[in-house]
Amino acid sequence: MAKRERLSGNEAAAIALRQINPDVFPAFPITPSTEIPEYFSKFVADGLVDTEFIPVESEHSSMSAALGAEAAGARSLTATSSCGMALMWEELYVAASDRLPLLLALVNRALSGPININCDHSDSMGARDAGWIQLYAESNQEVYDNFVMAYRIAEHKDVRLPIMVCQDGFITSHAVQNMELLEDEEVKNFVGEYEPEHYLLNPKESMAVGPYGVSNYYMESKFAQVQAMKNVKKVAVEVMDEFAKMSGRQYGLFEEYRLKDAEYAIVIIGSAAGTAKDAIDRLREEGRKVGLLKIRFFRPFPGEEIAAALSKVKVVGVMDRAESFSTQGGPLGSETLAALHRAGNTAKTVEYMYGLGGRDIKVEDFWQIFDELEEVGNGKTVDGYQYIGLRK
Amino acid sequence: MIEIRWHGRGGQGAKTAAMLLADVAFFTGKYVQAFPEYGPERMGAPVTVYNRIDDKNIRVHSNIYQPDYSIVVDESLLEVVNVTAGLKRDGAVIVNTNRPKEEIIPHLHGYEGELYTIDARKVSMETLGKYFPNTPMLAAVVKVTKAVDEETFLKEMEGSFQKKFATKPEVIEGNLAALRMALKEVK
Repeated sequence: MAKRERLSGNEAAAIALRQINPDVFPAFPITPSTEIPEYFSKFVADGLVDTEFIPVESEHSSMSAALGAEAAGARSLTATSSCGMALMWEELYVAASDRLPLLLALVNRALSGPININCDHSDSMGARDAGWIQLYAESNQEVYDNFVMAYRIAEHKDVRLPIMVCQDGFITSHAVQNMELLEDEEVKNFVGEYEPEHYLLNPKESMAVGPYGVSNYYMESKFAQVQAMKNVKKVAVEVMDEFAKMSGRQYGLFEEYRLKDAEYAIVIIGSAAGTAKDAIDRLREEGRKVGLLKIRFFRPFPGEEIAAALSKVKVVGVMDRAESFSTQGGPLGSETLAALHRAGNTAKTVEYMYGLGGRDIKVEDFWQIFDELEEVGNGKTVDGYQYIGLRK
Repeated sequence: MIEIRWHGRGGQGAKTAAMLLADVAFFTGKYVQAFPEYGPERMGAPVTVYNRIDDKNIRVHSNIYQPDYSIVVDESLLEVVNVTAGLKRDGAVIVNTNRPKEEIIPHLHGYEGELYTIDARKVSMETLGKYFPNTPMLAAVVKVTKAVDEETFLKEMEGSFQKKFATKPEVIEGNLAALRMALKEVK
């Protein structure tokens, strides 16, 4: 039986983790992710989980301890945001290349500078090439559900890659909203026991983790990581379908909202998708053919599937919440345009940068964006890379 | 959908009050949102907190620009923040003050909707012996917005206080008295 609740995104994450009951959780606090280890450490103190909780002295240490524990054979995780993630940079790559399926609860926050505590995606997008699976969420419900599904995807024998479960700092992490929780037993059974095939504390098997990779073998290890990342799509779809049978909530690699007959669409990640949906509903009432595609998995990037979903769209607006300084747009823009190009899709595109450092995006902003996409569809030429909500 | 904007100062409990309002509305079967807008985090800095209450799932994640109600927890903010910005004509502004309405009106930037006042300091001092404006303000908001039926509100809050103050039950009765008194003191 589902339990009706109202929780913040951070509470939802902590409760999912309590239900999962992982083995090792080293953590160092940073706004806005601090509450996740804070709530969780209370669960530890209250004896609700038997997790080894390790307060460490930095994020460099938290990720090192998490991946060390994972290599030893323990289901592990840590949590962080922004500059905290920047300090674990080296270990992010180590975790991925050592094929350690640990979890990072990432609460997205802008990177300095200027120093800022609010949401954008510059932290996780900066780590997009580190070899982690990246999963994003629109709502507190989706945050919770992603946590329940994450280990199943990461630990699968065809994958064995670390997974970053991302949510928007403050916008979902500190906002209380209605949601439904699964029963503890349901989550426990769904996630299952972690039984790694190879691990350091296995007395029957000697192994080394993280040895030097000579040039004769280094490239093969990267190729193997890519193969594992390719396998994520199939595994994730299976896990999401199984999750739907249990919860009634069906997820995909991405979400299509009123996209089937849309001529103008935006591609977007995270909480702003909810605001965009309200904007779209209003425009649909006026008979306008608008829709959206919400990214859930950014790594792997389901490019072929996205191109197919956008195949009938005339003009696509791609919305990024992280600057890349290519001067051509953000990371989602680059990936989406590459996917469209490969599929031979000649839809016109406009890239929009929004929400940096917590800059709010409103329903009205989306109306303006759709107005412009329609004008482009009617032949108007516009700047192909624009900032939304910039001070005049 | 009811949209509420709270204006407080860091440390006064505007966020707690908004969370409690969301709790109460949630328990009556509503869909709710409660979320803060943070600037630099420090005691005394102006803080804005938002509530949405609806009968259906709430997807929008932006701040609130055309609220139905504006709640001013600290009246010194009247001098520095336009508390009626975007406020709907058929809504209301609720100000924590002991001053007569005539003295508040000049700070409302010509707002034509309703003004309510509550002396949360008086209520708090008489019932709790200390100044915690959030509890009386919460009651004032329930009274004016009718977001929740008053009897249900008091019942739910009693349960909520019993949980929140499990380790100091002596303050439960004072908080409930603050709510009851505030419901009567709103002008």
